[in-house]
Amino acid sequence: MSKALLYDSTICIGCKQCEQACATQNNLSYDDSIAAEEYQSAHKLTCIVTRNDKFMRRLCMNCKDPSCASVCPVGALKKTPLGPVTYDPSKCMGCRYCMVACPFSVPKYEWGKLFPKVQKCVMCPDRVANGKPTACAEICPTGATKFGERDELVAEAQKRIRDNPANYVNHIYGLEEVGGTSVLLLSAVPFETFGYRTDISKDPLPMLTYRVLSHIPDFVPLGGMFLGGVWWITHRREEVALAEGRSASGNEKRNGGKR
Amino acid sequence: MTRPAAFRLTFWKIIFLFLMAAGLYATFLRFTRGLGASTNLSDQFPWGIWISFDVLCGVMLAAGGFTLTATVHILNIKRMHSIIRPTILTAFLGYVLVCIALMYDLGKPYNIWHPLIMRNPHSVMFEVAYCVMLYTTVLALEFSPVVLERFNLQKPLKLIKKVLIPLVILGVILSTLHQSSLGTLYLIMPEKLHPFWYSPLLPVFFFLSAIAVGLAMTIFESSMSSKHFGLQLELPVLQELGRVLLIVLAVYGILRLEDLANRGVLKLAFHRSYETYLFWLEIVLALIAPLILLCLKRVRTSPQGLYFSAVLVVLGFITNRMNVSITGFEGSTGVRYFPKWSELAVTGMIIAAGFALFGMAVKYLPIFPKEELALESATEPEESVSVASGVMEHAGD
Repeated sequence: MSKALLYDSTICIGCKQCEQACATQNNLSYDDSIAAEEYQSAHKLTCIVTRNDKFMRRLCMNCKDPSCASVCPVGALKKTPLGPVTYDPSKCMGCRYCMVACPFSVPKYEWGKLFPKVQKCVMCPDRVANGKPTACAEICPTGATKFGERDELVAEAQKRIRDNPANYVNHIYGLEEVGGTSVLLLSAVPFETFGYRTDISKDPLPMLTYRVLSHIPDFVPLGGMFLGGVWWITHRREEVALAEGRSASGNEKRNGGKR
Repeated sequence: MTRPAAFRLTFWKIIFLFLMAAGLYATFLRFTRGLGASTNLSDQFPWGIWISFDVLCGVMLAAGGFTLTATVHILNIKRMHSIIRPTILTAFLGYVLVCIALMYDLGKPYNIWHPLIMRNPHSVMFEVAYCVMLYTTVLALEFSPVVLERFNLQKPLKLIKKVLIPLVILGVILSTLHQSSLGTLYLIMPEKLHPFWYSPLLPVFFFLSAIAVGLAMTIFESSMSSKHFGLQLELPVLQELGRVLLIVLAVYGILRLEDLANRGVLKLAFHRSYETYLFWLEIVLALIAPLILLCLKRVRTSPQGLYFSAVLVVLGFITNRMNVSITGFEGSTGVRYFPKWSELAVTGMIIAAGFALFGMAVKYLPIFPKEELALESATEPEESVSVASGVMEHAGD
């Protein structure tokens, strides 16, 4: 059901055609100077990172349970059943919570524009919906980036590691990270080399906030009742004191009169 | 009624005009060139001082509103009644300024109303947006009697007095929710926020510290008001606030220590690092120094001692909010963030505007007890006319 991308860095030749196809797909300009940039930005949604002649792709992981979609107050970011995490700029109000919350720090901002958008790889949702592979997977000349069903790609990644354990670190990045992602990565050298954090939680992060938020519907009526109760007690106490005080002063008057 | 007062350029007026001018120029830059040109924000550091100070600290500094309305109206502690109006005024101005600051920080401020119709109940930001919006309305209503009295509008005044208690309860609930939720905002980033500040208890810490700062701000603002507006200091009230502040700080301190110990972070506190220094600055300012000071009866009962302790608490928790939202992220992002002059100018302008608006409100509205005492009898119909006209005479002063 759910689609995914498998990137195998041992097959990648660093031709950067995926970068170019991605730019074309997203109406972004692409030239030699942009090709030389080895980081994601508002004008470059995927990049090939080179470290000691080893390549690695960076792009939005399109998490199964994405933090960005969970934190977006207006629901501009959404996880689609097919896999892509999409973005609707007309909803976005620019709070940038998605950028702060993303465990991979993927979403980027058009800082130079007066009314900026968030930019990130959205896994070509239109193409995927029409049964086509993403632009980067379609153009890849070696098959290093492969598009398909997530389950099948996971099985294939496991098989590649099993068949050739010397060629890979024994880790499919994205299989378990933050509860699994729609982008799976294989590498010959440790993922930290390319700035991928491996100390990342295996559980989906949105649960961390939702655990707290989900108490609100209980808290509101209970809090209201509690505060109302306290108010009633304190004011009742005052009323009683007032009534007793009056009768007491009345007695005094009476007594005073007798004297 | 209004005599044209000679305009004298005092030191504070010069400062005020300077802050306003710088702030307005920065505003011009922000809304003509965009966030990139007017801030030091970047993809690595998307939230800066406008979120850290103007929003997080702003909401915290305005917490006196719900703390004191709960004390006076729910707990029915009448002694505190004399300081409730200036406190609500501070809170109301605080929230209005937070909303204004948000307009600077949002990339598309014209979409600020979107959470009204585009709901994402899983988002903490969504909840904060709703709570802040509703609570600002509640504060406006809680403050409205002051304005209604000033213009002697008896009918709406009676209406507000009738719904005051439900309004106060709603305000306390909304405040509890969003004061703690500002901490919940950071729960989703366990890998990014430094362990000194990331804790599953963040919502509890934010809520407790908001109460502490609410009390401290009330002491601070009462002391300042008595000095600048020539009012008598309500020392017994402040002493009581000081006692409660001591208790809240002690509870917060114990929880914080326990949390740091449980997560095994305590040993980090003795490693030399940038984060450690700022962590200790926060702990000394917000906890150690005021706890020691307030434990001393001599300090807790003297106006200067209370004032000084309150200032420490406020500065300490401002440091805490800055640490959670800036210092705590510098390690994981690998970037040092320092605000650009224009970010500081906008923040400076907003603070200056807060002080100026408070001063103006005190001048033109019945905020302080002298007037308030007169106005409480105004609810009795036969006296209302003469009292109201008396207030009108005062108002021009």
